[in-house]
Amino acid sequence: MQTAPSIARLRAQDEPPIVVSGLNHWFGEGDARKQALFDVDLVVASGQLVMLMGASGSGKTTLLTLIGCLREVQDGSVRLLGRELRGASADRLVESRRRLGFIFQAHNLHDSLTAHQNVRMGLDVHEGVPESRRDDAAAHVLALLGLGDRATYLPANLSGGQKQRVAIARALVGNPDVIFADEPTAALDKDSGYDVVALLKRLARARGTTILMVTHDNRILGLADRIVTLQDGRIVRDEKPATS
Amino acid sequence: MTRLVGRLLQRLLGRLPIGWLQLTHNRTRLAAALAGVAFANILIFVQLGFLGALIESIGLPYRMMNAEILVAASDANTLSDGSPLPRQRLYQTLAVPGVAAATAVYYNRLDWKQLDGTIRTLDVFGIDPSAQAFRSAEINAELDRLKLSDTALIDRKTRNVPKDLFPSIGAGRSYQFEANNRSITVVGTFEIGGGFSADGYLVVSDQTFLRLFKRRVPGAPNMIFVKVEPGVPVAAVVERLRVALPASDTTVRTVADAVASDQRFQTTQKPIGIVFGFGIVIGVLVGVIIVYQVLSSDVADHLREYATFKAIGYKRGFFLGIVFEEAMVLAMLGFIPGLVIALLLYQIIAATTGLPITMPGTRPLMVLLGTLAMCTLSGAIATRRLERADPADLF
Ligand SMILES: Nc1ncnc2c1ncn2[C@@H]1O[C@H](COP(=O)(O)OP(=O)(O)OP(=O)(O)O)[C@@H](O)[C@H]1O
Ligand SMILES: [Mg+2]
Repeated sequence: MQTAPSIARLRAQDEPPIVVSGLNHWFGEGDARKQALFDVDLVVASGQLVMLMGASGSGKTTLLTLIGCLREVQDGSVRLLGRELRGASADRLVESRRRLGFIFQAHNLHDSLTAHQNVRMGLDVHEGVPESRRDDAAAHVLALLGLGDRATYLPANLSGGQKQRVAIARALVGNPDVIFADEPTAALDKDSGYDVVALLKRLARARGTTILMVTHDNRILGLADRIVTLQDGRIVRDEKPATS
Repeated sequence: MTRLVGRLLQRLLGRLPIGWLQLTHNRTRLAAALAGVAFANILIFVQLGFLGALIESIGLPYRMMNAEILVAASDANTLSDGSPLPRQRLYQTLAVPGVAAATAVYYNRLDWKQLDGTIRTLDVFGIDPSAQAFRSAEINAELDRLKLSDTALIDRKTRNVPKDLFPSIGAGRSYQFEANNRSITVVGTFEIGGGFSADGYLVVSDQTFLRLFKRRVPGAPNMIFVKVEPGVPVAAVVERLRVALPASDTTVRTVADAVASDQRFQTTQKPIGIVFGFGIVIGVLVGVIIVYQVLSSDVADHLREYATFKAIGYKRGFFLGIVFEEAMVLAMLGFIPGLVIALLLYQIIAATTGLPITMPGTRPLMVLLGTLAMCTLSGAIATRRLERADPADLF
């Protein structure tokens, strides 16, 4: 006989990490109320790298922040890692976010903390990791991203690509189940943009991490397992990339 | 140095000392904040010092009284105000059982013109030279010479008089000065120390006193010093005196109670005490405002980073922790220079004014606790800005 929690866990394991169905979203109140998402359905399988494309204002960021537990779900259903986000309390959303990694358009590193300390911030939010292992874990991920010799640098002394790689290390260090990235290459030149995403993909694949990434950058589309295109708040295309 | 403190804080907090790292990252802001906290501390220390000196200087003459009980006019709040007592009060006092001795003491303020034309004020006690009104051995040794007319003993700690004056009097030579159209001969010295209203004290015989202050009526002193018989409870004698003497013109208190009520009166009713109290309030306000400014602009500067941390999963308590960490660091680090400078100022003030301004051991502790509270309050106000860090706005 199985107990209830283990059934839930089993179901959570079988279920894809992201299951969105009938999602609608509005901004503003009264006359200014404007719908940003219309009846969005999206299922992302475990370990996939899915890229979100679409014109400016098409709702990519809105969709990303809803799935990423950064906004309250108003209508429809978002299931993340086996849990329904609609109606979840603010505290539960925070708990859920601890299992996620975020990479922003700007690196958003803390300018008073070294690269190593910034990465540690991604780890310190998790309890249960012994203090002695934290420094090593942060150093290890930095090394994986080729920044082993930059650990003690402040962000001000790093290049744009290096900063973005520190931000990726911060997102990876907690071993997240899903990583959300919004135009992570926007601040980088094309070559380093491609390199950074390729590296992210390789590390994520090794850990079985799912990635949902918004991008305008055509050069990196080839790295995607799937490309979903939004237009005026609706999903209009869902395809495999043309293998180049 | 910063590294060491950082590591210490990391041990203490069990997390990265982000507040400390933020503060030390912007050195100019840190310096301004510490200067602000130190300034507030200095202001508070100096005001407390003056207040303490006021309280201490009020107590000094009382402590010299060779008495357990003080009988004074009912309208007297301090030694220097109030009407004279009616003649009979001394005899009524002496008739009360348990009273070992009672002596009438006159009091008035005297302007003492210096050679350069400036004026020193002296608090003059007129005492019966056949009784020991004061505890001072120096005064009691000279009582016979006070019986000679127009002789006086002067307070060695009198403010702003030529430096060589008192040693020469002590060495056996006398010193003469004119006051109220009489020539006073100073034949000896004793020590009390001036306060905020007078520069020093003068002790004369009651006869000399009445010649010096022509309007004063013989037999109508300002107060009566009462000594209680050994073994008799002072409180009981106070009660008996209160029954024997009419409350309409006379108050009877133990000397300790009289000091306390004089101190209470001068610190809460007289402008000087209120000014010092007000100064403390200003110091606290300055500190709170400066620390608030620093902490809130620091929060504002890091809203993006905080929003990022919120997105990652840090909760409100974590951010409050950072702000309070900063508040505590500012309080501690600002307090040290504040205390050092305040100690220096105390020395300078004591040397230039002769006021009994000292640093009791409990005061730095009190001010430190107050500073911590002040910084915590500022931090609490500053954290309201944290709400503006919304992780949804980051994308
Ligand atoms: N906080 C907000 N308040 C009001 N309206 C908003 C808000 N955020 C987004 N919108 C609106 O919702 C729609 C979708 O915005 P969203 O940011 O999701 O677009 P996007 O696809 O990410 O665009 P871009 O490529 O420019 O980043 C737009 O019309 C936008 O104006
Ligand atoms: Mg966007």
